[in-house]
This record gives sequence, structure tokens and C-alpha cells, in this order.
Amino acid sequence: MSASTFGSGIRRREDPRLITGSASYTDDIVLPGMLHAAMLRSPYAHARIESIDTAAAAAASGVVAVYTGTDTEGEIAPAPCAWLLPDSGLKIADYHCIAKDTVRYVGDIVAVVVAESRYEAYDALDLIEVDYDPLDAVVEPKQSAAEGAPQLHDEIEGNQAFHWTVTGGGDIGEAFENADVVVKETIVQQRLIPNAMETRAALASYTPATGELTLWNTTQNPHIVRFLCSLVAGVPEDRLRVIAPEVGGGFGSKIAVYPADFVTVFCSKKLGAPVKWAETRSENYQATTHGRDHVQEIELAATKDGKIVGLRATVWAGMGAYLSTAAPGIPTILHGLMLSGVYDIPAIHEDVYGLYTNTTPVEAYRGAGRPEATFMVERLVDLLAAEIGLDPVEVRRRNFIPKFDDGHDVVTGLTYDSGNYDGALAKLLDKAGYDQLRAEQAAAREQGRHIGLGLSTYVEICGLGPSQVAGAIGFQGGLWESAILRFHPSGKVHVMIGASPHGQGEETTFAQIVAGELGVSPDDVKVIHGDTDNTPMGWGTYGSRTTAVGGAALALAARKIRDKAKVIAAHLLEAAVEDMEYDDGKFFVKGSPDSSKTIQDIALMANVAWNMPEGVEAGLEATSFYDPPNFVFPYGAHLAVVEIDPETGHVTLVRYVAVDDCGPQINPVIVEGQVHGGIVQGIGQALWEEGVYDEDGQLLTGTMLDYALPRADRLPNIEVHSTVTPSPHHPLGVKGIGEAGTIASTAAVYNAVIDALQPFGVEGVNMPLTPERVWRSIQEAQGRN
Amino acid sequence: MFAPEFDYYRAGSVAEARELLDAHPDSTVLAGGHSLIPILKLRLAAPAALIDIGRIDALRGIASDGSTIRIGALTTHAEIAASDLLKGKAAALPEAAGQIGDPAVRNRGTIGGNVAHADPASDLPAVLACLGAAFVIEGADGERRVSAPDFFQGLMTTAVGEDEILTGVELSEAGDGEASAYSKFAHPASRYAVIGTAAKVGLSDGVCTSARVVVGGLVPAPVRAGAVEQALVGQAVTTELIAEASRKVGDSLDDDDLLGDVYASAGYRKASAHAWVRGALSAAVARAG
Repeated sequence: MSASTFGSGIRRREDPRLITGSASYTDDIVLPGMLHAAMLRSPYAHARIESIDTAAAAAASGVVAVYTGTDTEGEIAPAPCAWLLPDSGLKIADYHCIAKDTVRYVGDIVAVVVAESRYEAYDALDLIEVDYDPLDAVVEPKQSAAEGAPQLHDEIEGNQAFHWTVTGGGDIGEAFENADVVVKETIVQQRLIPNAMETRAALASYTPATGELTLWNTTQNPHIVRFLCSLVAGVPEDRLRVIAPEVGGGFGSKIAVYPADFVTVFCSKKLGAPVKWAETRSENYQATTHGRDHVQEIELAATKDGKIVGLRATVWAGMGAYLSTAAPGIPTILHGLMLSGVYDIPAIHEDVYGLYTNTTPVEAYRGAGRPEATFMVERLVDLLAAEIGLDPVEVRRRNFIPKFDDGHDVVTGLTYDSGNYDGALAKLLDKAGYDQLRAEQAAAREQGRHIGLGLSTYVEICGLGPSQVAGAIGFQGGLWESAILRFHPSGKVHVMIGASPHGQGEETTFAQIVAGELGVSPDDVKVIHGDTDNTPMGWGTYGSRTTAVGGAALALAARKIRDKAKVIAAHLLEAAVEDMEYDDGKFFVKGSPDSSKTIQDIALMANVAWNMPEGVEAGLEATSFYDPPNFVFPYGAHLAVVEIDPETGHVTLVRYVAVDDCGPQINPVIVEGQVHGGIVQGIGQALWEEGVYDEDGQLLTGTMLDYALPRADRLPNIEVHSTVTPSPHHPLGVKGIGEAGTIASTAAVYNAVIDALQPFGVEGVNMPLTPERVWRSIQEAQGRN
Repeated sequence: MFAPEFDYYRAGSVAEARELLDAHPDSTVLAGGHSLIPILKLRLAAPAALIDIGRIDALRGIASDGSTIRIGALTTHAEIAASDLLKGKAAALPEAAGQIGDPAVRNRGTIGGNVAHADPASDLPAVLACLGAAFVIEGADGERRVSAPDFFQGLMTTAVGEDEILTGVELSEAGDGEASAYSKFAHPASRYAVIGTAAKVGLSDGVCTSARVVVGGLVPAPVRAGAVEQALVGQAVTTELIAEASRKVGDSLDDDDLLGDVYASAGYRKASAHAWVRGALSAAVARAG
């Protein structure tokens, strides 16, 4: 029962409360005397604020206060950017929580109304009169970099937030000069809007008598919120309690600490009353961070036999109007360092320009930098295959990094932990019946039907990461995780973790880790997270790091418990510690398994402490801080099969087969769920999703009527398989799986569509691959030919 | 997402609803709420009062006297989609209703509310125009019946007057050798019709005796594709004929009227509309044969 539950697909204990609607999110929390805040947001992408008249709003029914940027001056600092990318000329524009004299995107906060009810707060917003002087806007990153582009911030020339480069291996210029073959493409990684099911919210409750403030917040990282909020809003960290109650998804959009959060805290402090702010879905589209938004010019140099000799790229990354909390690290560290992919590439060079634009700030979005990197590499490999007339499988095989178990250096400076890339691909080809599919594709073409096969073989970096590296790359925090494991007298267990799961299932999988290490039933383990007052410090849940880092911390805490329990068991069995053995929750003297003490026996004795070994403290509890020695590098191989209708341009995803390797799986059902969700989000980028601004900076896709999220009825059954390659440096061998699907699937679907379009001579189509875009690409190709 | 303040009245009968409409000049009729409530929440409309007709049972249901089918204005899309009577005698309508939104929308949204809203991207206007529906409107002078071309006057505009209520829709049952179908290119987000085409054909010994083809989604109000119809009537129906006739749909579309958006331009919609016309015609012919 016990040890075997590590690795079994037990049901998620989170689900009953989630699917019955009894979970409590930030907006469900009601406090006595609670007031409601509503944010007045700029309708202009770029404008000077000439004047604001709040008199009518302040006099309106139920309104308690109206504040503008003048009121918050000196009270709350600008919202911080906490990834200070080194050697990049990083220029951080002040992100005032309430705009002072200029607004720079549609959604910038201009004023806040606090009222007795939410309806009254929204009614009063309509009564605030703002006189704007509109300015020219720029929304596209490459245009933002151009000569003569509207300038967002006086002190930042050319709108350039940073210029970051990565160079590794041999001379890139020589590699291209001497290459037999060079293939190039320009890719637009369109802007995506995360759309977590729960929109953002904050509830701040300040107690003037004690100077204490509690902040309920939809966040992926409550400890970071506490740290930054103490700095920005002036509540000392010891008086500030941040609680992430049930959090309805984040996908990266709940990493940042937002102006609206700080403004809510300000209002509560100012008024000495609880103040709640909960954004509407429209507000979420405008003001919660977006993802991607790159223009990438990429090229690959190779021999005529298809051996890659160099990869070179220039990326213009749209950052939005201000730099969000972790934004500078996403298109650089998490992107450029992964450009070797699963391949042995001897020379790599990339320039990344981060540009301010009059758009919603961009942050991490599921995969965060790695999908954009994988897409580049996987497109180039397919282009190379087409150029030299080889099957994409063969070109990949000629360039794969050979199987390795304990470290492989790539020229970007990373050391991958373990991998067998050809192993994953071989399994994929077998499971999918690749040769048969190619035969069917040929037969279909004979009949005038257009099927395409698309591969994506990926490796990603997650489990962020060694704190020493965090410091070196400018991340203004650590990246370790912690766990407290506490046995109660009856043998039941509390686990307190610093990470903050919000749908990923760690309440279940972490109980399975304890079960695996200590032989208790997972049902006897409660996992507590998301409250800075009763969990140890941790850096949060993002970047597929919770199990990879926090899970390791928990395993090590459990091992400390086991060591202590062994000492107590030896004492109770009147044996020497070195003669003790442990198996599946029982401690016994070597050779005498029938006379044993269970972990529960020991938990009771440790808690009552009637008969403890000399010098051993009472209690059975352990704390562990785990700072990983390296990142972990999950990988895999995905195949998409599509059919296109050239007459209308419609793309139908016919089949999707995935092989992923995240090391040993604590709970394969949860892994499969993560793979499903991840793949679907990546398919969304390939086929449906796009955040579109017009040239004036108005968001044209600002509702669910316009922004196309994936729907189950447009997806095939996703076929999920795996291989298992443990990470050599992780206590449990596990890697992350939260983002792998997204990192792989966009390229697989895109490559499949281009493969289907091959008979027409189509060269490239921007994502999402809407029917019109596909149809036009065929029309244009036919026009050329 | 927070509606402005309004008064709310629930009518127990059509007569009472009309009285309430009369008494409250700046009022709007509320049926299933699937068009009106989002508009209120986005503050795109601010009526002083809502007159809720949602519980007037007399306005609900589908019945036939053997030749004419009457569908009450409050009949939901789900009820229409599930109706065996309609599947047999007006197949395009349940086919379209079953593709509206998602189950939650279909369980609340009503045929009357849908057509009274007259969103061009909605499915039902084209279908009802194709089926020759009569729209039953009750006002001070009693009932009057309006045909589709007169009912749909343009974007979000219908023949229903300020003190009138749409009480139902009437259709003729399909006769022997007649059948209809609906074919739709749904917007991936809204599920509204980017292109929606309804076709009704009559066949006799493989020859097309009647054809009515109506296109929606890309025009402000449903448009009959006369050129397509003419290419079919009197001809022996084959796959090739249907394809050829469908290509004439562009002849009936006025470029100045075509709707386009960030997802699908007017030009693309016009160029690919024939595929959906062909889909509707093929299905209707298969049913009629």
C-alpha cells in the first residue's frame, strides 16, 4: 500500500473541492466591513494626462475614496522589475502603480475608486473625467526599434529595454561562410493572452492598531509577493502575511506582482479597512500580463549531408509598456541558452533586443522562452531537411546529441543532465507508425488530399535552479525550495512547503513522495502551502520547478526523519543504530523483521517523549532547504498529423502522439494531465490564439468572443507515451513536466501544416494558422508559380 | 462586467408584457438573456427597465397542424435541436440550433431572443429566411406576420416595433421530395457564423424542382443566393452541378456589404463561401433524395 503509491496514478485529492465548486478563491472571501476597489484604466495606448477630475465620483453614492497618482506618490514605489539581466544595458522604466502624467498602454491605471459595493465602485468610474492628450503609439517590437518610432520613455533611447547576446562554440561567421547549405526564416511568435480560469484579485486587510496587513492574492508565489510588497508598499515583512488561497491557474500570469495589488494594499492602509479588488475578464485581457511577442530572424548553416554547423538569430522581443517582474529573463536566459536544442551545434549566436511597446506588459507564459527557442530550432531543422531532400527524421538523427547519463555540455554554456533523444524519437516513430503514415500521406496526395506530418524533438530547461546561478543571471531572489515535514502523535503528517501549487496536483504528488520515503499512506499526509505565516520560505511555482526543486526538499526532509526515527527505533528495540534496517515504514534489527517499530510507533514516542535515546530531541519533524546543483532537462519527441482543405484553408488536427521523458513519474495520471494541458496550449498558439492590437494600440482581441482558446471538440485524442531517464543529480531522479507539452507542440503542429502545404510550394505562414492565412499562402504560392 | 442600474418587471402574459413596455418607454424585453445580459454587463446598453417574458409558458413549444409548424419565441435552442418534428420537416433549423454556442448557451438561449437581436453572425436568421418563416409579432392591433426579408432590416435591426413583442415563428413543413440543411464555418472563439449557409431543395426523379439558398454571417442580413438557385432548378442534380452552382454564390453578394474582421476578411469569406453553400446543398439533396 505505502511505498508502492509512489509512482501510482492515484486520484488528485484537489479535485473534489474544485469540481464541486466548494473551493474558496480570493474573490470568495468576505470580511466584515470590506470595501471594494475598481481601477480606472486608460482607454488610450499612449497619452498625456492633462487633468483628472474626481469630484463627481467622490460624491457618488457609496463611494468612500478616489485616489490618483498624486495620492500614491511617496506612498507606494513603482512596481519592481526583479530580473536585472546583466551585461545587457538593461533600462528599467518606472512602472508607477497609478500613472502620473503619461499612460503607455490600454489598461494603465489612472485612478482607483473605493466604494461600499462593487457596483457603486464601477458606477463611479464612469464619473471620473480625464482629459487625455493622445500620443502616437507603437505596438510591434521591430517597429518599436525602428528609427522615428514613437518613444515611450523619455530616458530610454530607441525604446530599447536591453540588448542581450549569447555566443558559444566556434566562430559563427566562419561557420556560415563555409557552409554548404544555409536556410533562413522569419518567424512571428505572436502575442498570447494567458486566460487563467480565475481572473486576478487581491484582498488587503490592514489593522491600524497592530500595523499588520494580510493580503489574499491570486499568485503563484506568495513569498515573493510578501518580499516585494514589503519593499514597495511599506509594510514590514514581519507584519505582512500573504495568502494565496485557491488559485485558478496562472500559466505565468500570476508570477508578477502587479500595480493593482499594490494599489489595493495602499487603499486598505489608507482607509484602515479591508479592500477587495477583483478584475473583470475584460480587465484581465487588458491588464494581466501577456506572453511571447517575438519577431525572430533565424538561420541555420549545415553541410550538404545535413550536419548542422551553426545557428544564428536576431530576436526582437516586445516587452510591453513596462518591464513586468520577471520579464527580462524570459526571452533571454530561458530562451537563448536553449538554442542548441537536442542537437550538437558547434556554433551559436543570438542577439535579443527587448523593446518597449504601447501594449500590456509581457511575462512568462507556459514554457516562457523555451517554446520560442524550440520553435526556432525545430523549424530550421525541417527547413534543412526540405532543402537537402532528407526526411525530417533523418536530419534530426544526424544531429542528435548521443545518449548521455550524467552531463553533456552545449555551447551556450549549459550542462544538460541526462538524455536519450534518439530513444524518445524511436519510440514515437514506432507508436505513431511513422512509415505507414508517410505511405498514407503519399497515397492521399494522389487522391488530392493534403495530409501533413510534423515532428518536434525538444529538450527544455526547468527546475530553476541553482541560486548561485540565479544571482549570476540577475534574478533578484534565490531559487531553492524548502519543506517542513511534521509527524503528529497519531502518525498523521503535515507537510508545509514554500512553493505554491495552483492546479498542478502537488497536494497529491507530495503526499506520494512522503509515502514513498516513509511508508505512510498518502491519505495520512496533508500538504499545506500558500500562506506565508505558516509555510517556510519558498520562491514559488513556475518554470516546472515545484516537484523538481520543492519535491527534492521534501524528499530530503523525509530522509532526515527516517534517520532520526532509526535512532529512536534502535533505542526502543535495544539495538545498535548501525544494526537497524528500514523497509516500507518499518524499522527492525537486521535479520529480525518480525520485531519492528513502525514509523507511527516512533511518531507517537517522539511526540510523548517518555522514552527517548539520550541526547535526542523530542518531536518528529524535519526542515530541509534544497538548492539544486543544476537545472533539470526533460525532453521528448512529438508528432502531429494534420489535414488541410486547400479550398478553404481549414486545418484539421487528425492525430497527436507524444513521447515525453520527465524521469521517474510520481503519479503518471497527473503527468498525463500536464502533458495534455501543455500540448493543447501549444496547439492553441499554432492554430487559434493571437492577441491583436491595432496600430493605435487598441486590443482587438479583448474578449472571449474574439480570442480563440482551444476547445475540446477541435482536438483529437492525444496519445501520450513516455520514456524514463532519471536526472543524475536529483534525489528522486525526477524532472519537470508542467510545460513540456507546450514547448513541443506548437512546432509539431506548425511543421505538420507546412508539410501538408509542401505540394503548393508554400514557404511560411504566420501563426496562428487560421483558415484565411493558410488559404492565402496557397493563393500566393500559386501566384508565384 | 457590472450592469448599470435598471428596473426589472416580470410579465405573466403577453398582454401584460405589452402593457409594461407601454408604461416604461426606455425598456427592453428580456427572454433567455444570452444576447442582452452581456451587452448590459459591458455597459453597451443601459435600458431603464427590463421586461422579463421568460416565464410566459404560452410562448414555449413546438407544434404542427400538419402543414404549418409554430415555434414559440421562448423555445430554447436545445429544444429545437432535439425536436424530431423539426428534424423531419425542417432539418436545417435543428441542425443550426445544435451548433449555436455550447450546451449552456443552447439551454438558455431562445429562438425569439436570438432573431429579435438580429446579430448578422447568428445562425438562425439565414435558416429562417431559407425556410420561408413567418415571424409572428403581437402589438396593439393584434398579431401580424412578417417574412424574413422584411423582418431582418439590417445589423441588429428588425421589424419588431417598440411596443410589440415577437411571439413566435411559423414554418411550412417540408413536402415530399423536399429537404433542408445548414452548413457553417464557426468562429473559433465566439462560435458565431463566419459563414453560414442554409439550403432547401425539392427533388423529383433526380431533377431539382425548387431551390432556396440563403447566406448569413458575412452580410448584415441574410442574403438569398439567387444565382445559385437558378443554376439548380430544372437540372438533374449531380455532385458536379452542386459544385458549379455553389460557385455562383459570389454573384449574389454585394462587395460593399460584406463583413470582415481581424479573424477573417470580407474577401476571404466571399472567396470561400461556395464551400459552405456546397456543403448545405449536398446535405439537403441527400436528405431530399
